[in-house]
Amino acid sequence: MTRRIVLLGIGLLAFPFPLPASPFPQDTVAGKVVYVKWCAGCHGDTGAGDGPAAHYMLPRPRDFTGAVFKIRSTASGQLPTDADVMRAIDLGLPGTAMPEWNTRLSDRERRDVMAYIKTFSAFFADTTQRPTPLQFGSAPGGATSPEALRIGRQFYDSLACRKCHGDQGRGNGPSAPTLHDDAGFPIFAADLSQNWRFRGGGSVEDIYHRLRTGVDGTPMPSFSDLIDQKFLTDEQLWRLAQYVHSLSPEQPPDVRDVIHATQLAGPLPSSPNDSAWSRIDRYWLPLVGQVIHKPRWFTPAVSGVWVRAAHDDKTLVLQISWDDRSQSPDSSWLEFTGRVLETVAGDDSTPPTVAPWSDRLAVQFPLAIPEGANAMERPYFLMGSATQPVYQWRWTNGADGGAVAGLARGLDRFDAVAAPLQAQAVYDQGQWHVVLSRSLATADTSNQLQFRTGRAIPVAFFAWDGSNGESGSRMAVSTWYFLSLDTPTPPRVFITPVLAMVVTLGLGWTVVRRAQRRAGTGSVRSFAR
Amino acid sequence: MRKVGVAGAFAVGLMALAVAGSGWNGAQAGATITGTIKFTGAKPVMAKIDMSDEPVCKAKYQAPPTKEDVVVNGNGTLANVFVYVKAGLPATYKAPAAAAPVVLDQDGCRYHPHVFGLLVGQTLSIKNSDGIAHNIKAKGVKNRPFNISQPNTMTTPRTFTASEVMVPLECNVHGWMKASVGVLPHPFFAVSGTDGSFKISGLPPGTYTIEAWHERYGVQTATVTVAGAQAKTQDFTFAAH
Repeated sequence: MTRRIVLLGIGLLAFPFPLPASPFPQDTVAGKVVYVKWCAGCHGDTGAGDGPAAHYMLPRPRDFTGAVFKIRSTASGQLPTDADVMRAIDLGLPGTAMPEWNTRLSDRERRDVMAYIKTFSAFFADTTQRPTPLQFGSAPGGATSPEALRIGRQFYDSLACRKCHGDQGRGNGPSAPTLHDDAGFPIFAADLSQNWRFRGGGSVEDIYHRLRTGVDGTPMPSFSDLIDQKFLTDEQLWRLAQYVHSLSPEQPPDVRDVIHATQLAGPLPSSPNDSAWSRIDRYWLPLVGQVIHKPRWFTPAVSGVWVRAAHDDKTLVLQISWDDRSQSPDSSWLEFTGRVLETVAGDDSTPPTVAPWSDRLAVQFPLAIPEGANAMERPYFLMGSATQPVYQWRWTNGADGGAVAGLARGLDRFDAVAAPLQAQAVYDQGQWHVVLSRSLATADTSNQLQFRTGRAIPVAFFAWDGSNGESGSRMAVSTWYFLSLDTPTPPRVFITPVLAMVVTLGLGWTVVRRAQRRAGTGSVRSFAR
Repeated sequence: MRKVGVAGAFAVGLMALAVAGSGWNGAQAGATITGTIKFTGAKPVMAKIDMSDEPVCKAKYQAPPTKEDVVVNGNGTLANVFVYVKAGLPATYKAPAAAAPVVLDQDGCRYHPHVFGLLVGQTLSIKNSDGIAHNIKAKGVKNRPFNISQPNTMTTPRTFTASEVMVPLECNVHGWMKASVGVLPHPFFAVSGTDGSFKISGLPPGTYTIEAWHERYGVQTATVTVAGAQAKTQDFTFAAH
């Protein structure tokens, strides 16, 4: 090894020529080895995006044979630059099954596999195709000022963004149910309030780049021609990017283990739209597809739920909010539902017949708060088991809908129990808000969880988007989290330390005084002598 | 020896120029192939398009507009069939310089024309007469795709670099808006119109594979031999299925 480095050093000294144009030679032979090992499972041996895992994915893995790439720095329809392809490999495509590879593969491996990927399409060998990055400039200041956002919103409307992305950007526009990608697969308009799931990144710059380049292979067009033709200025398009950015939280939500239910002195919020909710902390809990029990579901539409909780020592109230592009059952989405079920391979013994399924939600607790030696034990998170049931609140949208409490003993068995469960739901601008409340204690203590303050109560969530073909075990699931019914800190917690300090000071003062008195007396005496 | 080599190369160059010059330029009178696209079987019922979300477009129609996958003419013939020379042109054939741009108009939330042809390199002027937002997406495979926004009354030019039959065009804001363009390196193509007829003229003598393409019923081919200024007839028949 050392000898090799020495030789290389000598070589460099002996040949002080400029390095070749590409300082990193790319090796397609080595790239193929990497590709076969890490990429072919999804992207397929021939790069056609048809590996064995592809049929469980939506969006589908990229088909490299057409050389059409979503995330580029180049004009609509142009090839990506090498840097564009490297970015997708390095950082992955958030919100899809494509992970980031910069932590998994070496620089060399990633460069080689990039070179190999480019061999799948003749377009990359065509010397007339010269991908040229667009000149993007930089964002004008005042990104979050009301005036900047007002201009951005104006172009959100005039460029018809809302047709697909919806009025508040949650992907629920009137054209959303008809969308398909270039291969004919159903595709969702991006939920612009979840920028951490944007395929090419969620910064203002990323959003502006997508507006300029379009997202090739999808319905998202490029707006570059409009600047060239003076229909809008570059600054106005930046304002639109800043407005879109403002639809998401400032930072991607942190996932915290414990949902704290605030104890309120006044009345608890009862309706989903109660303004009191805005003063209560909200918690983001991510959901994933249920892929453990048949029929599995690999492409859930609900990526997570926002939860707010409050109690007044008598009643617990939960507000659960989540983005959903459709208020299912919704007949205008039926055709989309059918396309999803055709695209995503299921493992049902008989494929499901498309139906106008309802949106649903389930909140799950253990039947009793785990105590003592079993404090860390929880029932099976996927709706319990025959021997260890879970206590659930189930809400269903629709005429026959409503909320019901009961015991689940696995995915197939649910026994409703009469509970003082209150439910209210509102669907607004692509978002569900469901409020569920129940008294902490119930008369029936054997079939109902008895909520108590100051305990870590396990809680889990399940959601179904009916228009995405979700029903039964085709659903989105969370893991176990904890709910803690907080109590206000009693006054003695604040007074005791003060008292302790006063007493300590007092005692100390007394001791010092006594000591001084004794010493003082002695010295007086000595002087007196 | 060296001189001979140079002279030889010069001679070859002259010959090449001469061959290129003798190439068919399309302006010469030539043979003509005409025909009718017949249609048999039950005329399919085209679904109505609900344009209530776009009042600007809806107002342009007396009767509710329908989809255009299959347009059967009053005389029972089939419209929107793209007929073209698929093979048989001499290797020396050189297409004339592209003429005026072809206009594709988005009017009443539909494409006009629904099926059309274009020369490689010829400008396609994509026009938005509706003044409401459309996007226009070309889903070529041999050509690079494009997808551009046209939120207003405007015209955007685009060209295609490779021969491809057909390149699908679509609007994703209005899922029903679809068109197809056949991109060819020669002008020997036609689209059956409201009487179901087509005419390809100015052909050099030769034996040609003629293909007729329909967006739902697929393709049919025929072989036609023409000489001089001969006029030949070649009909095609598509059956409902």
